[in-house]
Amino acid sequence: MFRLTQQVKETRIRRETGAPLHKAGHIRVQKDISELDTPPSMHVSFPDPDDIMNFNVALSPEEGYYHSGTFHFTVSVPDDYPHKPPKVKCSTLVYHPNIDLDGNVCLNILRQDWKPVLSLSSLLYGLQLLFLEPNPDDPLNKDAANLLKRDSHAFQRNVAASVRGGYVAGTYFPSARRR
Amino acid sequence: MFNKLCERVYDQRRAMSAEVPGSIPGGRMQAPVVKWYDISLPRRHSSVLFTFFVAFIDSLRLMFKCDRVPFYHLRVVKLHGVVSFFIMQLEEAVRDDVAEWRAGGPAWGGLDHLLRNAGPLSTDLNPEAADATQTFLRQHCKILIIGAGGLGCELLKDVALSGFRHINVIDLDTIDVSNLNRQFLFTEADIGKSKAHVAAQYINSRIPGCRVVPHHANIMSFDAQFYQQFNIVIAGLDSVEARRWLNAMLVSLVQFNPDGSVDRSSVIPLIDGGTEGFQGQARIIYPRFTSCFECTLSLFPPQQNYPFCTIANTPRLPEHCIEYAHVILWDKLKPFGDVKLNMDNAEHTKWLYETAKARSEHFGIQGVTLRLTQGVAKNIIPAVASTNAIVAAACANEALKMISAIAANMDNYMMYNGKSGVYTYTYKNEKKPDCPVCGTPQPKTFQVSPKDSLAEFLEQIAIDPDIRSKKPFLRSSTGKTIYASTSPLREATQSNLKKKLGELITSGTELTLADKDLPFIRTLIINYK
Ligand SMILES: [Zn+2]
Repeated sequence: MFRLTQQVKETRIRRETGAPLHKAGHIRVQKDISELDTPPSMHVSFPDPDDIMNFNVALSPEEGYYHSGTFHFTVSVPDDYPHKPPKVKCSTLVYHPNIDLDGNVCLNILRQDWKPVLSLSSLLYGLQLLFLEPNPDDPLNKDAANLLKRDSHAFQRNVAASVRGGYVAGTYFPSARRR
Repeated sequence: MFNKLCERVYDQRRAMSAEVPGSIPGGRMQAPVVKWYDISLPRRHSSVLFTFFVAFIDSLRLMFKCDRVPFYHLRVVKLHGVVSFFIMQLEEAVRDDVAEWRAGGPAWGGLDHLLRNAGPLSTDLNPEAADATQTFLRQHCKILIIGAGGLGCELLKDVALSGFRHINVIDLDTIDVSNLNRQFLFTEADIGKSKAHVAAQYINSRIPGCRVVPHHANIMSFDAQFYQQFNIVIAGLDSVEARRWLNAMLVSLVQFNPDGSVDRSSVIPLIDGGTEGFQGQARIIYPRFTSCFECTLSLFPPQQNYPFCTIANTPRLPEHCIEYAHVILWDKLKPFGDVKLNMDNAEHTKWLYETAKARSEHFGIQGVTLRLTQGVAKNIIPAVASTNAIVAAACANEALKMISAIAANMDNYMMYNGKSGVYTYTYKNEKKPDCPVCGTPQPKTFQVSPKDSLAEFLEQIAIDPDIRSKKPFLRSSTGKTIYASTSPLREATQSNLKKKLGELITSGTELTLADKDLPFIRTLIINYK
């Protein structure tokens, strides 16, 4: 979706609202949420409607390796957004090449490829893509990544087992099956 | 109804494909000029008298409802201080061009004539620049046409015949049978197809050398980078929202030099055409230099649209119930499958009436009648083909003047009224210093009663001529979320709609307003009476 050229948007937000920079982040998030383009496979919820900088995302992929599960994330937007990317944690234990067992998510647009023109909608689409096409070349869970590269059928079996709930490669995964 | 429509459509197609002896074989784009009015046009020179004759014929045509598409190439120029219409003799011009194409020579003889010869159109003639202008037009100039509907078809034909070659067109719509009477790039066989694609294909096949690139998409799905590639944008849109968005986009593309002055190379002019029945307007917006669309938003009377939250949650009028059935329930329930609502279909109308009636009874609202249902749901202002032709011609004319510099552009707003007689007036719209898009906006203060409900306040900002927010997301400067009209926060804040403002905010509170459809963020200040 469209973003105004960043520089223009920044100066405009500051000029229009007279807001100090730290509040500009909140206003930008407000604009992003008003334009939020939620993919059908996702559900966004705010535990505290007054705190728009923290929200939860539930992803139920419609296809791909992970289509039978629902995966939960917590998103925390820093005050200096959009200069810094939002922080995302996966709160569901998942067997995924780009997510480690502590819930850290490796997604390029959340790290080196973040640009202030990106928005919260881009974040949602990025997460969706991560579960449609896990990327074994940029791994956080090396075992999963290697297995995906070597034998995608075995990888698929492991994913299915972890989503169903059970031990995969020595780690116990609670069921993440879609309800 | 349907039969009559088809008859008219067939009539037009026949007229369009009629061949005139001596013209290009199969050249139906230009043939009807002579065919219909059956008089010979003066070659390439204006004749005010002829203009009035055309206008007279036009009004007869409309009066007797024999609406064929006017297929002359109408030009609007400023002539000795008086705006007058004038016809370029297109058939002859195009015939020359086609002869040149066949001989493998340069095309667009008509344009070349304009660039090299003094005349009413070429007031600032500079024949030495003619070659450079032609090369620029042929090789580099990229023009974007937004909309391939009534105005868009005319615009495409006009700019393509004026010598623009690299044309992009955006339209989200597909072709409907009711479009065919005036959107002459489409035929019955095209019904259901993308307007942008069919229009592009037609122009590309009819006008050699033209490369129209279609985009079957919403304008909002393109980013700044896309819009930056164009030299000129012409909009033939019918919604105020879309024009506000486009205007803000083009203004946002303007870059500034280190000394604070505008970097002229980043300015993309917007030519905005609009028609409604017998009335129309064309205007030029040089972002940051002239007034922008937002500066003069109050020129557009607020539409008879009801704020979404009211029709969905707190309907009070019978119109609210009808709108709900019309806008929401039709798409949700799909009572006749996946078809568009057609108010000429008695069953559709009946369904709408009964659904609205049931809703009004649920909320204890009186007054939903079949007649009112038809009135609210139709809300149709008839599209008049000649208005489109005139406004599109004015836009194409300004675009041609912009890139060729053969004459000064109008400054900056032309209104046309064909309701009683033919009236046009060109004047200058001034920039608004506190324009939220191109100026320095001030917080907007609302004097309200603390006893007003939030829903009533939202109605007020929906119709406020400066703001017109229909999908508001309101937060107070103290960090409280007051209301969000879209998910995911709608559910959490819906209960506030019925609350009194006094329960939600104190007097003097600053609210930050964001809206999906508004290209900016506004600060509102609430003061209690
Ligand atoms: Zn403005």
